[in-house]
Amino acid sequence: MAEERRQKQCSVTLPTESMKAIAESIGVGQLQEESCTALSEEVSYRIKEIAQDALKFMHHGKRRKLTTSDIDNALKLKNVEPLYGFQSQEFIPFRFASGGGRELHFYEEKEVDLSDIINTPLPRVPLDVSLKAHWLSIDGTQPSIPENPPPVPKEQQKVESTEPLKVVKPGQEEDGSIQAKGKDKGLIRLKPRSTHELSVEQQLYYKEITEACVGSCEAKRAEALQSIATDPGLYQMLPRFSTFISEGVRVNVVQNNLALLIYLMRMVKALMDNPTLYLEKYLHELIPAVVTCIVSKQLCLRPDVDNHWALRDFAARLMAQSCKTFSTTTNNIQSRITKTFTKSWLDDKTQWTTRYGCIAGLAELGPDVIKTLILPRLTVEGARIKAVMEGPVISNIDKIGADHVQSLLLKHCASVIAKLRPQPDVVDQYRTDYGYLGPMLCSHVMKARTQAALQAQQVNRTTLTITQPRPTLTVSQSGLSGSTGPRTPSIIKVPSSLALMSQRPGTPSQPSPPATKYIVMATSSGAASTQQVITLSSSQSASPVTTSVHSATSALQPLVKLDSGGSTGLTASRPLQKYIVVSLPPSASSSLEPKSTVIPTPIPSASLDGGLKLERSDSPGVRTQSPH
Amino acid sequence: IRLPVFSSAHAHFICKMAAVQGGLVDAVEEKTIKSEPVADATANNSANDARAPSSSPGSGVSPGVNKPAAGAAEDQQTLLAVLQFLRKNNLSESVEILRREAGLPEDSLDQKGGDSTGTGLGGPEADGRTDAGSLLSRVTVSSSAPSKAVAEDQPDVNVVLSAYSQQGDPALYEVYYSGLKKFIETVLDCHRAELSQVFYPLFVHMYLELVYNNHENKAKAFFEKFSGDQECYYQDDLRVLCSLTKKEHMRGNETLLDFRTSKFVLRISRDSYQLLKRHLQERQNNQIWNIIQEHLYIDIFDGMPRSKGQIDAMSGSLAGEAKREANKAKVYYGLLKEPEIELPLDDEDEEAENEEGKPKKKKPKKDNMGSKSKKQDPNAPSQTRIPLPELKDSDKLDKIMNMKEATKRIRLGPDNLPSICFYSFLNAYQGLTAVDLTDDSSLIAGGFADSTVRVWSVTPKKLRKVKSAADLNMIDKESDDVLERIMDEKTASESKILYGHSGPVYGISFSPDRNYLLSSSEDGTIRLWSLQTFTCLVGYKGHNYPVWDTQFSPHGYYFVSGGHDRVARLWATDHYQPLRMFSGHLADITCTRFHPNSNYVVTGSSDRTIRLWDVLNGNCVRIFTGHKGPIHALAFSPNGKFLASGATDGRVLLWDIGHGLMVGELKGHTDTIYSLRFSRDSEILASGSMDNTVRLWDATKAFDLETDDFTAATGHIHLQDNSQELLLGSYMTKSTPVIHLHFTRRNLLLAAGGYNP
Repeated sequence: MAEERRQKQCSVTLPTESMKAIAESIGVGQLQEESCTALSEEVSYRIKEIAQDALKFMHHGKRRKLTTSDIDNALKLKNVEPLYGFQSQEFIPFRFASGGGRELHFYEEKEVDLSDIINTPLPRVPLDVSLKAHWLSIDGTQPSIPENPPPVPKEQQKVESTEPLKVVKPGQEEDGSIQAKGKDKGLIRLKPRSTHELSVEQQLYYKEITEACVGSCEAKRAEALQSIATDPGLYQMLPRFSTFISEGVRVNVVQNNLALLIYLMRMVKALMDNPTLYLEKYLHELIPAVVTCIVSKQLCLRPDVDNHWALRDFAARLMAQSCKTFSTTTNNIQSRITKTFTKSWLDDKTQWTTRYGCIAGLAELGPDVIKTLILPRLTVEGARIKAVMEGPVISNIDKIGADHVQSLLLKHCASVIAKLRPQPDVVDQYRTDYGYLGPMLCSHVMKARTQAALQAQQVNRTTLTITQPRPTLTVSQSGLSGSTGPRTPSIIKVPSSLALMSQRPGTPSQPSPPATKYIVMATSSGAASTQQVITLSSSQSASPVTTSVHSATSALQPLVKLDSGGSTGLTASRPLQKYIVVSLPPSASSSLEPKSTVIPTPIPSASLDGGLKLERSDSPGVRTQSPH
Repeated sequence: IRLPVFSSAHAHFICKMAAVQGGLVDAVEEKTIKSEPVADATANNSANDARAPSSSPGSGVSPGVNKPAAGAAEDQQTLLAVLQFLRKNNLSESVEILRREAGLPEDSLDQKGGDSTGTGLGGPEADGRTDAGSLLSRVTVSSSAPSKAVAEDQPDVNVVLSAYSQQGDPALYEVYYSGLKKFIETVLDCHRAELSQVFYPLFVHMYLELVYNNHENKAKAFFEKFSGDQECYYQDDLRVLCSLTKKEHMRGNETLLDFRTSKFVLRISRDSYQLLKRHLQERQNNQIWNIIQEHLYIDIFDGMPRSKGQIDAMSGSLAGEAKREANKAKVYYGLLKEPEIELPLDDEDEEAENEEGKPKKKKPKKDNMGSKSKKQDPNAPSQTRIPLPELKDSDKLDKIMNMKEATKRIRLGPDNLPSICFYSFLNAYQGLTAVDLTDDSSLIAGGFADSTVRVWSVTPKKLRKVKSAADLNMIDKESDDVLERIMDEKTASESKILYGHSGPVYGISFSPDRNYLLSSSEDGTIRLWSLQTFTCLVGYKGHNYPVWDTQFSPHGYYFVSGGHDRVARLWATDHYQPLRMFSGHLADITCTRFHPNSNYVVTGSSDRTIRLWDVLNGNCVRIFTGHKGPIHALAFSPNGKFLASGATDGRVLLWDIGHGLMVGELKGHTDTIYSLRFSRDSEILASGSMDNTVRLWDATKAFDLETDDFTAATGHIHLQDNSQELLLGSYMTKSTPVIHLHFTRRNLLLAAGGYNP
């Protein structure tokens, strides 16, 4: 392999065309082929030489990346004038264009509006170098503090949980020696006892965190959740946390303490968001807790007033997320969960609350599940709802339940149906197909379609198109990605940690599935700036978006402006400075394909970086829109 | 006798100046630098042999008088050559000076040389002047080396290259090479490994011959056919080689000239050599035989052929292994006697701590220490071998502090690992290039790519500078706390920035007394900064190219520097010109370190060798080969016996200085090692690397081996692969390459690096 590579290295020279192009650029018209060859060989040699020298500077600069200044220094070594002021914000500053049989590389020089530049506030001065000390090791053991990497990498946690015999202690990465030793001595390898002793600091931390999580101070809770979601050293406390959550849910379900259940679910969410934790080991405790919060008959003291529906929604989304991340062919989480939900849904005696939870849980699992499990039962369910709504009033609670189930079904099914059914939408046909819910579904589907059409228009209205993919500025509300989607439950407040999170530069949004994507960045003049990604299915259903925006009641409510007709009121109420709308134009057919019409489940914030890359390479175009 | 050194250095300097004026001279200049090594090596050996009986430090002057007569004739030639060159470049003034100087009788010239270098002493410090003066006057033995170098200097690079002009049928090269390959593949196993060593140098020289004779396509084909066979550790060189495809490229290509000017050294057993010789003669394979004769140096030994593992351990450098004679010179690796300092008896705090007659115990301890140091270590150089600055009162105080701290030192070992405190440089934007800590761990300095040097105080004591002259005038000079009063409290801060360099700062070093700071930079200068006034005191110019590293001697006053120009220089702080120039490396000098006894310096280079130089006479006394990549970290054990080195290949090699042998190899790091440090009692070796880890190794165990006479004599080492047993701990940082390590006086490990988010 190395051989091949070396051979390639040997023969690499710049193409003679480049020589011609360069000659042309300085006014030498006709360069002979021979001179071109000679030049290209010479230039290639010199470039290689300089690159090799530049590497030296990189090594001495203690870096892994070669920078332009390394090249400059290498040129200086050779008594060549360095390229002053070479810098580019992009990887390759050229653009490429072809047409009329000519190929052209050019620098893209945009027209710059000076007043814009003058009016933009100066960027902040970069932070000065500072020195910070921390303990990398205390008497030979590495303390688990945020400054240090997680004591046990995720892979190892996995190994530990799946193959406990191969466990290697942290700090001794090379497992070879230990195993080899064991073999040599012919020892029987015992299953190691995993110790779960917590240091005093860890115990204190655990106490503080759990108290904050279920305490009354929202700010403290947000901080604690943030800590759970980001701290790398929680590995050892994980068993405690999972027990805490499962016990907490058990007790509070009995006591119908809605608030505490919500707090506990948020803890689950935070744990799942922590990229350094390997949760598989504790799913047996966490999943029952989450499922309880979805389908429990009663979650609050006053079912007619309290919004326990939001908790069910939130927990259902958590469930969907864990199915997505943890379901494997061996544990079959998704299918087991699906079975559980379906079973209790099919039961006639099931209460409306549980029914709601089951449907929500199923609906969150994706459009395929909706298609195969929910749509066929719409007629039956419709009849049941009708019985409650139009029949004699038995209890108010049942009515509310039925009402919620109805809107839930409409919300989830409309978008799926919009993709499945061809136009036109005839009310009668819907009625025959879906029974009682038919007419309402029909109107929802139509709404969804018009919404999609609106978007398509907006796409066409764009002004600037650039062919080369370039880094796009996409910012998403990453704090609680569960609530970024259209269905932000109103009772779960967006924690203040959100502000912290959104300060991170360039947080990406969802990767590929959505056909059209709007990233709306709103900068309110006052304090914190909020950003949100709104992702829409390309075709219909306007309702999810608008409702979601209104339902989010927190102070950090995202400002969304989709078109001039929609929500001008919002715009006026909050002074807006700038809108940047970035969109991915639908790849011709995909927008009409029924499959891809999904309201994508928001990705967990863990995959932020990966998302950014995707964004870069995938987006074939960028559209900017001037401020409204 | 003085002349050669002076003139060669002079010529060198002139060449450099000329090089600045016209690119044409570049090549010439390259050669003056590069051709020295050959001569250096040969001359060294002969000089060492001659010197063996009279190698006691005091007699340094005498051998020089016994200079062989042949030298004189050569000197004449050299002079003529230099004169010719100067005239050619219209440097008439220099010509005149040189001629005048050459015309003078030798003894007066000697003085003259001393004077002319001495004129630069602006400093009023009389001690320093005599120090450096005496050190200067002692250079005698080494003078023979450069003189020959100049003699062998042909004034045109073409002459060097012309060695390749012998014509053979280019088409036959491949046949020859594959013929040899076939032969070596069929010989007995025990010989095969040894003879395989021939492949690489042969391949390089054959390729170069083809290129030189304009058989471009043949050369390419040859390269493609056989480059894959070469050992993987030569890959970097092959990369350079493959880009070289034209005769024109050969001019001024440093790597190429290295191949040419330094004979590639191979160590082969007599049996294997005979086998090879017989084969080549039978086949009438003169082409290959000529190359072997001309470009290779085969060091033949009697006895068993070496195994592949043994060969691989030692090979990898640019010019093959070190010759056996190169490491035979006596090295005084022992420590200097500690000056006797009366310990003040008012150890009140300690007595308060433990009242139960502890002071009694302590006193005998101190006596022990005293008696230990009184015994003259047979391996230690004499106290006055190198003139060292006298201890000041503050130094004595510091030594006392040091001893006090030493009593509180933690005894480290495999069961008692040190704690590590990590200093992260935040917001450095990948710009942190060098770090150093003072011996007492009170200050930390960082060199940055933006040309600044920053100093932090890591104790609560803030950094204060001396007041301005006007303010100083107002101070009552009679007051007791005048030393306190001269410091400016208003501007006291935790960190200070030193501006002055015009390029990235690659090397940084505190003086042992914490009054000065040295920094070396891409701009070719080394700067001396005062930590009293936080201003630059001196800019040492000598290296015309980036200076990669610099370090203060453990006794202060002297410092060493090395850089891209392949010459390490020894300086004294009060001389603006170097006292010694150590030339011999074939590529950039990447790191420099002083031996704890200040009598030696060690340099690591991109040519993948480590050289140990005698400060007294400038001789290269050890050449260590075995690394497979540029060396970026060096560390002496505190007892001066051992050396550890780390390179881009991620391996740490351990060397026994006295025997000149490799004694261990520590594998584990996955990227360049940038820092190495022994604990204060040599029990633990810490290594820090680009792979974001600090690793701790059991140094006691690593060095705990008996070197038998046979190994010492032949230099054939058997390395055990016991890295895993020696690895005591590995600590990962989040995303911070470890570029500096330091053991405090109490054996707490401090590490530093720039955080790369």
